[in-house]
Amino acid sequence: MKIAIASGKGGTGKTTVATNLARLMSLSRHDACYVDCDVEAPNGHIFLRPEICDARSVAIPVPRVDADKCTGCGDCGDICQFSAIVCIKEKVLTFPELCHGCGGCSLVCPTGAITEAPREIGVVEVGKSDGLSFVHGRLNVGEPMAPPLIREVKESLPPGAETIIDAPPGTSCPVIESVKGADYVVLVTEPTPFGLNDLKLAVEMTRQLGVPFGIVINRANVGDDRVKEYASSGGISVLLEIPEDRRLAEAYSRGQLALDLGPQYAQKFALLWEKVLHDALCGTEKTIHIV
Amino acid sequence: MKELAVISGKGGTGKTSLVASFAALAEKKVLADCDVDAADLHLVLSPDVKREEVFHGGKKFAIVQEKCSRCGKCLSLCRLDAIRENRSEEGEVKKVRIDAISCEGCGVCAYFCPVEAIESFRGEAGKWFISDTRHGPMVHARLGIAQQNSGKLVTVVRTQARQLAEEKALDFVIIDGPAGIGCPVIASITGTDLVLVVTEPTLSGRHDLERAAALAGHFGIQVVVCINKFDLNPQIAVQTREWCWRNGIVVVGEIPYDPVFTQAQLRAKSVVEHAPGPTSKAVEMTWLRVRDLLQQHQAATELPAQRRDRAGCSPRALPVKPPPPVASPGRREEGL
Repeated sequence: MKIAIASGKGGTGKTTVATNLARLMSLSRHDACYVDCDVEAPNGHIFLRPEICDARSVAIPVPRVDADKCTGCGDCGDICQFSAIVCIKEKVLTFPELCHGCGGCSLVCPTGAITEAPREIGVVEVGKSDGLSFVHGRLNVGEPMAPPLIREVKESLPPGAETIIDAPPGTSCPVIESVKGADYVVLVTEPTPFGLNDLKLAVEMTRQLGVPFGIVINRANVGDDRVKEYASSGGISVLLEIPEDRRLAEAYSRGQLALDLGPQYAQKFALLWEKVLHDALCGTEKTIHIV
Repeated sequence: MKELAVISGKGGTGKTSLVASFAALAEKKVLADCDVDAADLHLVLSPDVKREEVFHGGKKFAIVQEKCSRCGKCLSLCRLDAIRENRSEEGEVKKVRIDAISCEGCGVCAYFCPVEAIESFRGEAGKWFISDTRHGPMVHARLGIAQQNSGKLVTVVRTQARQLAEEKALDFVIIDGPAGIGCPVIASITGTDLVLVVTEPTLSGRHDLERAAALAGHFGIQVVVCINKFDLNPQIAVQTREWCWRNGIVVVGEIPYDPVFTQAQLRAKSVVEHAPGPTSKAVEMTWLRVRDLLQQHQAATELPAQRRDRAGCSPRALPVKPPPPVASPGRREEGL
């Protein structure tokens, strides 16, 4: 099963939930895996301290134009939807950072002047943290596009693993790419106006993807009840509430897992895991996949 | 007119809360909420929308079923795994369709379809707004659910904000940026005069601060830092300050962790409006230092306008003027 931990708002506690849940799972099963899809700002490794056993560079195929063969016909510029290759006055210019690697320009070139060369966008690293499999990606600074790297990160999962996916914040393409194909989504929120606003967006996104979900309310006592009211009026399962805890925040700041603070957190996350399994296998929400 | 972009790398460090207070403190400015897929600034500034426009984003493609011969050519060409085949129990292809969420709009399938059964469409991908607030004009947006092209929508917000600032002869554009370092963040910072990275004294915050600062450096923009919630871990706060000092980055503010931030938010107010006190004072000092730096700043390199506009996932529809040739990018180095 693949369980994605997402949120909408940043800083609500996705990585806290994802790393602690994954560590807890790994204590009772050998096929647990944590995958950090927040390739722009990966943090899971800070808490899980994996031993990396394999690292590979990830590249997008971008056009390389042979000027000798190029006739300046402009077909490449015509097919490109991203202005990554343009033909001006019969001269071709490329903007590799805009390229989505679709291969259209090289296919369409009548003289075979365009070949594809790999352009590195980041790295995928695979390792182990005390019996927990670990995969993450790191986007090169300056690269605009996370989704191609996220796809490669997900391709590197050990097959058949029980996986926790740590997704990036927001609701746009990096999150979609991370959450796509998950069996269940845990949306982590906080009971504040920003938390509620972004939770609603994340719920819409998750419903569009057609994946069942529930929510975790972190820092549960800091704000007001609007998140709980929203959940209850929408028939959304509240899987867990974690009260604000200065010790937890301090442990987090040091890169320490909540599980290390004592049995109360082990109990909370065990309860969360039970509820997630139950909801994922029974299905709490009927959702329609919109194509 | 100077542009300030507030980013963080790590989410949840307090960007929007800080920008809301800057809105109350700064004079003669436009606010630009560039966190287009999870915008929150409007929850504090309560904008009165004066203008609303549709954002069309990039093209998507769909198969016209009556024309489709189910030859599978599109499936063989699609590199985004966006083509889906529905097969009968015997394995016969009954229907071929494009998953709109996976489709990135490259159009290769449509170009090569032997029966021209694939058409493009440009739906509504979001909305953008120009509004009045109690602290001046604001440009903001909302990206449609599961839409791409967030970078392009950010660029629309930036362009409108800049235009408004020029029309009204305002001094600043203050940009509330998204988390991360990808295309919407790049579109939020390119061409600005100063990037303020809001960080927190945690190992995660440090890690992401270094990436966010490196991103600004990559685009040749001066970086300053504000350490929010600094008393959460004073040791890491000190280490962060030392890292900034070693890298020539000015720390413009250190703000304590304070429940007034949440209390203010619950009342749709910024901290400086809601609770005058030491925390408010720290926020005010941060703004004053940022404002002074902006006023002193001489733009070292002015990026050409067309390069600024094409930051992020630009679709074909943007006008393309002859740009300068781009050097082949080498391996990016992390950190400074």
